[in-house]
Amino acid sequence: MSLSLHHLLRVFLLAVCCTLGSAHAAPSTETLARLADDDSDTRIAAIAELGAEGSAQSVALLDALADEALALTGDGHLVILTDTGALDAASGEAIEPYPDDADPLMINNRVRNALQSAKAATNIRASDRSTRLAAAQLLRDSASELLMPILEPALATEQDKEIRSILALAVARVNLASAEPAKRILAAQRLGDSSDASVKAMLATLLDKDAKGQFIEPDAEVRAAAKASVQAIERRLAMADLASTAFTGLSLGSILLLAALGLAITYGVMGVINMAHGELLMVGAYATYVVQGLFRSYLPDYVDSYVLAAVPVAFLAAAAVGMLMERTVIRWLYGRPLETLLATWGLSLVLIQTARVIFGPQNVEVANPAWMSGGVSTYADIVLPWNRLVIIGFAIFVLLLVWLMMQKTRLGMFVRAVTQNRAMAGCVGVPTARIDTLAFGIGAGIAGLGGCALSQVANVGPAMGQGYIVDSFMVVVLGGVGQLAGAVTAAMGLGLMTKILEGWAGAVVAKILVLVFIIIFIQKRPQGLFALKGRFVED
Amino acid sequence: MRTPLSVRLFQSLPRTGWLALAIFAAIAWIAIPAAHLLLPEGHALYVSAYTVTLMGKILCYAVVAVAMDLIWGYAGILSLGHGVFFALGGYAFGMYLMRGIGTDGSYGVALPDFMVFLDWKELPWFWVGSDSFLWALIMVVAVPGLLAFVFGWFAFRSRIKGVYFSIITQALTYATMLLFFRNETGFGGNNGFTDFKRILGYDITSPQMRLVLFGLSAALLIAVLILGRYLVTSKFGRVLAAIRDAESRVRFIGYQPTQYKLAIWTLSAVLCALAGALYVPQVGIINPSEMSPANSIEIAVWVAVGGRGTLIGGVIGAFIVNLAKSFFTVSFPDYWLFFLGFLFIGVTLFLPDGVVGLWRKLRGRRPAATETATPTPAATPQGAKA
Repeated sequence: MSLSLHHLLRVFLLAVCCTLGSAHAAPSTETLARLADDDSDTRIAAIAELGAEGSAQSVALLDALADEALALTGDGHLVILTDTGALDAASGEAIEPYPDDADPLMINNRVRNALQSAKAATNIRASDRSTRLAAAQLLRDSASELLMPILEPALATEQDKEIRSILALAVARVNLASAEPAKRILAAQRLGDSSDASVKAMLATLLDKDAKGQFIEPDAEVRAAAKASVQAIERRLAMADLASTAFTGLSLGSILLLAALGLAITYGVMGVINMAHGELLMVGAYATYVVQGLFRSYLPDYVDSYVLAAVPVAFLAAAAVGMLMERTVIRWLYGRPLETLLATWGLSLVLIQTARVIFGPQNVEVANPAWMSGGVSTYADIVLPWNRLVIIGFAIFVLLLVWLMMQKTRLGMFVRAVTQNRAMAGCVGVPTARIDTLAFGIGAGIAGLGGCALSQVANVGPAMGQGYIVDSFMVVVLGGVGQLAGAVTAAMGLGLMTKILEGWAGAVVAKILVLVFIIIFIQKRPQGLFALKGRFVED
Repeated sequence: MRTPLSVRLFQSLPRTGWLALAIFAAIAWIAIPAAHLLLPEGHALYVSAYTVTLMGKILCYAVVAVAMDLIWGYAGILSLGHGVFFALGGYAFGMYLMRGIGTDGSYGVALPDFMVFLDWKELPWFWVGSDSFLWALIMVVAVPGLLAFVFGWFAFRSRIKGVYFSIITQALTYATMLLFFRNETGFGGNNGFTDFKRILGYDITSPQMRLVLFGLSAALLIAVLILGRYLVTSKFGRVLAAIRDAESRVRFIGYQPTQYKLAIWTLSAVLCALAGALYVPQVGIINPSEMSPANSIEIAVWVAVGGRGTLIGGVIGAFIVNLAKSFFTVSFPDYWLFFLGFLFIGVTLFLPDGVVGLWRKLRGRRPAATETATPTPAATPQGAKA
């Protein structure tokens, strides 16, 4: 297949070359002479011819010229100077003796650019996809009419969809400057397929008027085509903008969800106001940092998989801290929410300072593993970073985990039983005190998982938890106490809302507006958010 | 027949209370100024400028603590956003102080430096009138008072209470802090206001001005204590305590708890703002970090340490915590947060009635009626009520 393709190409090229007036596969002497001309335009034309012709000898000539290794001898002969000797420019045969009077040809920037596109034009036929892609991208921005003889056949034969669309843009771009209105119309229509802001700007110049109020583009049909294309690009860019806002919103939402899921258990289910929740996130993040350090020291070969090992470690570390907190402080304050709030705030200060003493006051560096860096490019040049995608997936995983644990395990059943009717649960033999500790530990462990995820997208430092505590409470309170579905809705809603407002009003104002919205929302629906299930009478 | 107000005010404090206030006033208005101005530096009883400023600062904090005690100790409303009223009062007075710099700023123009830096050509509309001392005083009371009134009206009307109220107030101060951090908001952004020169034409750095501000802080504290005592011993105070202990019952009897709560909440915010206005000229700077949630929650711990529902407890707590803070941040900066953290935990676990409660227990006195605030701590999570 590829053989026949190449064959076809050769035949086609031969025809092209004929029209250019050079019947040989090798560059003609006349082209060579122009390559050494004093006038840059002449040289550029010659370079383009070489690029379009694309034989091995032409490529060698272009490379030599780019390296300033192409020289003119005293008798007007072009030679290629190499480390070992000199080659004849036309035939590529070695010249003996070495021409001492050879003077290398100098090139200026214009010529250099022309050389680059000519080189790209020769590369466009390479069998390696990435070479072709790079060549096409270069040509998209720099192609000139001189290279059309190579671009059009390349476009016709190119099999790869991505490269073909880039080449089509390159061709259209060149044609936009063509003298024939029909070609310009076609080009303007073609460019409408792009989703590049720079193409839009290029098309928009066709619609401009000059100083005298005359359109720069004389043909009304071309203008109409350009206008339609500009609108199409604008629509596509707007769609892309919307899609990327939605993605970043979902990504922020899943971060919020991860930060708040632990709280949904400790606060939503158990009713404990844990102001140290942010610091449990911090414990998880530092646990990830420590695991990373251990992998770097002891298992450098597997360093990319440290994140996988960090997940359970972060859970256990935060769960241990959480259970300790419950046993020593929180359990004495059940039923006194305001006191719990103050005491856990104290705990958070102690944890922050402990982190500062152990790890120093600066942020520590937690690197993304290689498989999490980079991204997937999708429709209209939007790149979805892998680490964000992984976070969204991880949020779903943790959510599922929490749901399974609360609904399908014996422990989850006990937790629900104790929170619904402590005395009755105790009567039927549920060890209520131990369930409290375990439930709190699990909530804390899930916060640790959140911290592990956060370490991949945010700074890890002693103060990191403080930034999430208000947000986490907002998610839980907004979503409705004790409901996972509520927390999910609230997290995603807040994430999207923040990102949409951010695009419109800037990050700080967006944050303020979201807080104001939450305050107003809670004013409107306090009972729905605060009411515990069942019949509940206060004093 | 109604007792005249002056008599009722006088009766609201026991004789020992008046005595203590008189001694305090004598120290603040006579002894300390004399020790600061008349004694030579190095004299054993000399009071340095640092000490005067520190004490003045703590007096302002004590006013905030008493204001906090009025709502937390007596009305059962824990605000985690009182820093916002304190800071707004400070900002309102800081605007006057910024205008007082005049053309002595770094750029030598009438506009405050940060506005020149932002390339603003004239004062924004909300700075109009800020060169007038009287206007500044009005704004100190009006702006935080209005914010508290509007916020409280919405919150209490929808019967938000307990922890939810606390968290919303925290969000309030957090949002305001973010707002003030922006340069475009027009209050100096990150750096806030600083580098003040004069009040009413007098040099702000002179020892006399320092003592005047110190004396005013002491006067404010005395006034707030008397007012607070008067309020909590009045019928109004009793209704408040009733609301704290059983809001629904009070409502069923026919009172409107919303109005009572709103009144004490707004008053408390205004008292905070006054303290803030006195605080700023003494420390010479106001910036958005005063509104950080951490600062506001620290106010609660002053009251908790001193003892809730005692008024004087707030003053004691403010002094204990802030003196400890000065000591730790100078001598053991690494341990300050540990100390503060364990103070939070220790006080809530072991000293539910604070220092004042401990003192009363040691003297074998029955806690005052107002102190049965905390419902008997049953070892059950909240959810168990359902």
